[in-house]
Amino acid sequence: MDTINRRDWIGSLLGLSAATLAGCSRSEMHSIDGELFSPDFSMGHRLRDRSQPIPVIREWNDVPVVIVGGGIAGLTAGWHLQRRGFSEFTILELEGHVGGTSSSGSRDRFQFPWGAHYITAPLPENQPMIEFLREMGVVEGIDTQGVPIIAEEYLCREPEERVFADGIWQEGLFPVEGASQTELAQVADFHEKMREWSLKRGADGKRLFTLPIAHASEDPVTRSLDQISMLEWMNQQGWDSPRLRWYVDYACRDDYGLTIDRTSAWAGILYYAARLRSDSTQSQDVITWPAGNGTIVAHLKSKLESHIQNQAIVSRIRPLGDSGQNAVSELLVFDKRRDEWVGYRAQRVIFAAPQLIARHVIDGFREGAISTDLPFRYSWWLVANIHLRDRPRDFGFPVCWDNIFYQSKSLGYVVSTHQSGQDHGPTVWTWYYPFADNTPRFSREDLLKASWSDWAEMVLTDLEIAHPEIRSLVTRVDVMRWGHAMVEPYTGFVWSEPRQSAAKPDRNVHFANSDLSGIALMEEAFFHGVRAAEEVLVILGENV
Amino acid sequence: MLNRAPLFLMYLNVLVIAICGLIYELLAGTLASYVLGDSVTQFSLVIGTYLSAMGVGAWLSRYVRTQVARTFIEIELALAFLGGISAPLLFIVFPWVEWFRPLLLGMVFSIGVFVGLELPLLMRILKEHLDFSDLVSQVLAFDYVGALVASILFPLIFVPYLGLVRTSLVFGALNACVALWSTFLLLPLLTPRHVSSLRWRSAIVLGLLVIGLLKADQLTLLAEESSLGGHVIHSVHSPYQRIAITNKRGGFQLFLNGHLQFNSADEYRYHEALVHPAMLGPRIPQRILVMGGGDGLAVREILKYPNVREVLLVDLDPAMTQLSKSFPPLLKLNHSALLDSRVTIRNQDAFLWINEDTEPFDAVIIDFPDPSNFSVGKLYTSHFFRKLKTKLHNDSLVSIQCTSPLVAPKSFWCVVRTLESVGYQVRPFQATVPSFGIWGYALASLTLPPVEKFRLPLATDQLRFLNDRNLQHLFVFPEDIPRLESAVNRLDNQVLVRYYDEEWHGYD
Repeated sequence: MDTINRRDWIGSLLGLSAATLAGCSRSEMHSIDGELFSPDFSMGHRLRDRSQPIPVIREWNDVPVVIVGGGIAGLTAGWHLQRRGFSEFTILELEGHVGGTSSSGSRDRFQFPWGAHYITAPLPENQPMIEFLREMGVVEGIDTQGVPIIAEEYLCREPEERVFADGIWQEGLFPVEGASQTELAQVADFHEKMREWSLKRGADGKRLFTLPIAHASEDPVTRSLDQISMLEWMNQQGWDSPRLRWYVDYACRDDYGLTIDRTSAWAGILYYAARLRSDSTQSQDVITWPAGNGTIVAHLKSKLESHIQNQAIVSRIRPLGDSGQNAVSELLVFDKRRDEWVGYRAQRVIFAAPQLIARHVIDGFREGAISTDLPFRYSWWLVANIHLRDRPRDFGFPVCWDNIFYQSKSLGYVVSTHQSGQDHGPTVWTWYYPFADNTPRFSREDLLKASWSDWAEMVLTDLEIAHPEIRSLVTRVDVMRWGHAMVEPYTGFVWSEPRQSAAKPDRNVHFANSDLSGIALMEEAFFHGVRAAEEVLVILGENV
Repeated sequence: MLNRAPLFLMYLNVLVIAICGLIYELLAGTLASYVLGDSVTQFSLVIGTYLSAMGVGAWLSRYVRTQVARTFIEIELALAFLGGISAPLLFIVFPWVEWFRPLLLGMVFSIGVFVGLELPLLMRILKEHLDFSDLVSQVLAFDYVGALVASILFPLIFVPYLGLVRTSLVFGALNACVALWSTFLLLPLLTPRHVSSLRWRSAIVLGLLVIGLLKADQLTLLAEESSLGGHVIHSVHSPYQRIAITNKRGGFQLFLNGHLQFNSADEYRYHEALVHPAMLGPRIPQRILVMGGGDGLAVREILKYPNVREVLLVDLDPAMTQLSKSFPPLLKLNHSALLDSRVTIRNQDAFLWINEDTEPFDAVIIDFPDPSNFSVGKLYTSHFFRKLKTKLHNDSLVSIQCTSPLVAPKSFWCVVRTLESVGYQVRPFQATVPSFGIWGYALASLTLPPVEKFRLPLATDQLRFLNDRNLQHLFVFPEDIPRLESAVNRLDNQVLVRYYDEEWHGYD
């Protein structure tokens, strides 16, 4: 891409005016290294190609349960089976490593996330999650109210968040300095409203908003919020403060990869209300690690090592017979390591990959019963890990775990060494960017064409908003381009019929993935993993 | 002869003066942001003042009727001097003057006026030789190119590699070179009498700025002294902090990032109180851990005990421990403690070191700086104190400095409460250190013996402050330091940093 186009392109993606970008063309990144990564697109797209002839399979493996996909949902399903004493299962993972969007990396003694990087402390109701975190040593005990006690070293270390606005860093995510009295009043109203939502219970006695969302109340009035966008709902409340809008838009882009006008109001409120403790205005604590949720993956992997097959491309699933106890599915799998096709025969399949892929892989998927008016849609993400030889100088509030830029379309950066307490010298920052706009000026083809230097330039341009001298400190920028990374909880989708029924089994295939909730959070992936494993155990008549 | 001199030389002049002008403006804005904070306001004010002053300069140019070339060179000289000394001067006077902002903006205004005068005069000089439209287009083009070059190089090269003081002097010198060189370029337009005077003065200004450049380190030092209030006899800028030693009224003082760490006149009070209580428990102190305390003064006290076999000092900054091992006045004060064969030094953040496997210690002395920021605050958390338990025997004693209980009572009691919350038995104590005021400490252990039984085993000439009677008094608090309620300082709340900031901010 030439300089002029690149500047225009970067400005547009970051939402910055050309004036702000005056310095953008100033230098090539002569001394900065890096690579552009992406999950294996070619392998993924090969799955879709059903025109290929069915290969001859010489080797068949009979495994009672096959789990397709080694992300959090698939791994959790395996973890739950194992915990219940069932060990005859195999996890088939497309990539060379498990973890999916919770993957992490390491380099030069640093660990850093490539995707999801925190969870919130589970509420007392979420027992499986509490047990899981207890096994990891993250939950140390349970207090008298049943609330889990989280080990101090895993709770996000203060200072947690800051925002760069009007030339200075401020504590928190909302830029209070420079906000008018009206704006501050609206923010206070907003938080008060969220607190009310978190305290209210439906007629069924359940929280209106909670994680996993399957535990939320079925209250129809609340669920009807799914029919309008978060922006419409805020307009109904009369909240027009630009700063408040930006703040809520940031939250929607951060958790869902969607802008405020496209996010379901139900999902938008969930972000806040599900994370407030019942007894206070305090948010549930954030749990994090230098490697982000990669640490969760590492724990699951260590427990399941002997069950995991990497680089195993499941290209076809053929459910044979009925859906009862004697059903069998045949799976055609390309083992990339051995460069040959192998077959699996399984009594039960747990399909722990996105719904997007299901209809390409599963023969006769839902037999014409798939509605296409509210499809599963996924957002694209860009994640960069920026290696610094030293820390830049700051104005205002000191460096935090999460550092965001007011009015940029990026989500800012997370300091990977924050949680380990390495406060001096070299570090790695993880920078996030969701392609959240509905009408992007650039097509996905454009994005695929962009080179490493285009992306690295965009990352550095964004960081320069707050750190003008950043280029002199950066040694390396690695960029990960995620396609179809996170399911989008767009208006109307979360409580739609297609979304709600997608988790039901199809013949002997069970489903587990965060997209079944319409919300791409670890808590949801975990819930569906446990749920699907439980379904399988019941049908196989295992003692539960 | 100007007619024959290549025009590009004149354009080079335009380019250089454009760069210098913008650099002076950026310097003023950056410097104001550094010392006053709030960069948006500072830059807005500086840019606004500068641009309006340029307008004034341009307007004033009409009153220059004769001797245009000479005036141009005079202005270059004034600009070289004023711009060249701007950053060092402002840094040095900042702590002294009440009217820093008027001074800053006054300088920016004067520089702006001169820069505003430059171009119109230069254009008038050139107008004899060029068609008007060519003149305007070419001069302005070079002017804007110069501005671009300056704005690119300033953040990328000059600030990171030269710093503000040197950048200021370098561009002043460059400006003086332009003046000197112009006396050759514009020779036909000058009278001989003026030429030699201009050259003389250019050389003087250039010389002054070059001397300033060679002495830039001392200038920075001078700036520091004026804020520390003593004569700086040594200073180091390490990757972690700025270490400065000053000399005042016979003693010397150590500052880290401008915060006083000790004064040689009364540090014995601070260090005797910090160290000895932890050495008097039922355990024979043989293996001692010191965290912080890179000045070696706590180690000096520890080495007074003949039973001590090994001391491990964990201090973040190698520059600090190196200074304590090599700087004569400090060596004399700490009795060369860090050179003792029993002492091992680890230069690491104690927060990371604490995760390592080591044998337990018989006594631990914690002499971290006050919790004035989050990266120090983490060393006073329940998490850190819990980890510390793995370094202790059941009856090892720990002594911790915990800021002033009189000035910052909430901070002080917060440290005590935090220690208690993770299972330590704690006895807070305090001593008077004239340079600091009333200072607070905590003695902690998993099983704390009654301090009333503590007896100093040292000869009386080994201690200047403590004796068996006043040792007991350290643990008795007066009425004006009652225990206050406070939260536990945890990694995920860091309340101590917030208390400390509130209390000391209010005090200062």
